[in-house]
Amino acid sequence: MNKESMTRELVLPGDLLDTGSMKPGEGTYVQDGNIFAAMLGIKSVKSNFVNVIPLGGRYIPAPGDMIIGKVIDIGPSNWLVDIFSPYPAPLHVNEVPWRVEFGDTARYLGVGDTLLAKVLSVDETKRVQVTMKEQGLRKLQGGQIVEISHSKVPRVIGKNGSMIQMIKTYTNCRIMVGNNGRIWMDGNMEDMVHAKQAIRMIDEGAQTLKLTERVKEFLESVYRKEE
Amino acid sequence: MGGNSDMKLIDENGIRIDGRKVDELRPIKIEAGVLKSADGSAYVEIGKNKVLAAVYGPRECHPRHMQNPAKAIVQCKYNMISFSVSDRKRPGPDRRSVEISKLISEAMDYVVFTENYPRTSIDVYIEVLQANAGTRCAGLTAAAVALADAGIPMKDIIPAVAVGKVNDQVVLDLNKEEDNYGQADLPIAIIPRTGEVLLLQMDGHLTQEEFDKALDMGVKACQEIYELQKDALRRRYAIVNGEDEAKDEDQEMPEEA
Repeated sequence: MNKESMTRELVLPGDLLDTGSMKPGEGTYVQDGNIFAAMLGIKSVKSNFVNVIPLGGRYIPAPGDMIIGKVIDIGPSNWLVDIFSPYPAPLHVNEVPWRVEFGDTARYLGVGDTLLAKVLSVDETKRVQVTMKEQGLRKLQGGQIVEISHSKVPRVIGKNGSMIQMIKTYTNCRIMVGNNGRIWMDGNMEDMVHAKQAIRMIDEGAQTLKLTERVKEFLESVYRKEE
Repeated sequence: MGGNSDMKLIDENGIRIDGRKVDELRPIKIEAGVLKSADGSAYVEIGKNKVLAAVYGPRECHPRHMQNPAKAIVQCKYNMISFSVSDRKRPGPDRRSVEISKLISEAMDYVVFTENYPRTSIDVYIEVLQANAGTRCAGLTAAAVALADAGIPMKDIIPAVAVGKVNDQVVLDLNKEEDNYGQADLPIAIIPRTGEVLLLQMDGHLTQEEFDKALDMGVKACQEIYELQKDALRRRYAIVNGEDEAKDEDQEMPEEA
């Protein structure tokens, strides 16, 4: 981690970030050559770009994002998938790993089914298309869904996946984290309760100090008791 | 307005009936993030005014014909609860609340980067729990904090305040008595950083000099309120500088265990 991105400074909309030596990144806007924060978040500087990392807000799909969706409607040649964002995403029959006859869509995915998918494209009016035609993308059978803010997904994953790996090791659950803030998990009932609690902890304390250690302590205390 | 002008609302020492000086604001309390199920919320008290604002969205816009393919729409609903005034207010929208809703949504539409969220709507609900003059300003002040709390991109946090004329004097932040028996009321909302005016209405009469003085006073007071708004948000999102947390680019999907 470079030194500049270490300083975690809270910025509010309208705060001055830079007077022109850097380039405006995400969550910023330019007026009269000065860069201002456009949203509430944490200031970060990366390779001469000033960004504001949001602390909340809705998930806006970007191509390539791995997402966990829920089928909300079925058409003769597509499904409509809720991706936990203001924009529902159609999943066309050509984008699923099965060969589906016209009008036979309900046999493969029903309303309420959850699936792991990838955002294929997003156009300028934010019309989204998702695909399941890639390795690892599939319908998620069983398990549970936990929803958190999409901005906290990096915290749940942790540095090089350390946080999620730790939860998986302790709870023995299978966990998938979607970029849209939906987390799917499957495992032993009690283990899932613990995993959920750990995720809630991260969700609530995303901006606090020594979170990894606290989550570790929590998981350790739970599993020591059970032995 | 324009009622009993022989009523004495300011004494010889320039002290108003609630003990304030002519250029003094009522005590203000702002709290951000008070509602759990809203995307963003704020509670504001300005003197005896108590206002709650909630923001939902950006979310899918219904009815569909209201969608704008180029940008988000900002929909605001200002509502006075029946018990907010001493005579029970008949519930439901009326001429006044429709007007205020429109004003506030237009003011917010100007500061929010709506083009980031085409086809969606950003819904703002303002509920006046207790009214004591200047609720549109209190409502807008609360709504701006709630918008920021919801993580919606915008140019700045907007404050609003009313200035008026009472006993031939320009006074800041009218209370109910001054509003009812005063000579003029001038609500103002600005973008603090640039000084752009987002909302300006005038009820009653002011001379050119009085108007200039009032505007000047209002802009100054807006800066004060702006600081309180920012303070409320900082309190809500107080960060402890962590050193061991994930770097934000570590977004790769972990393989299933």
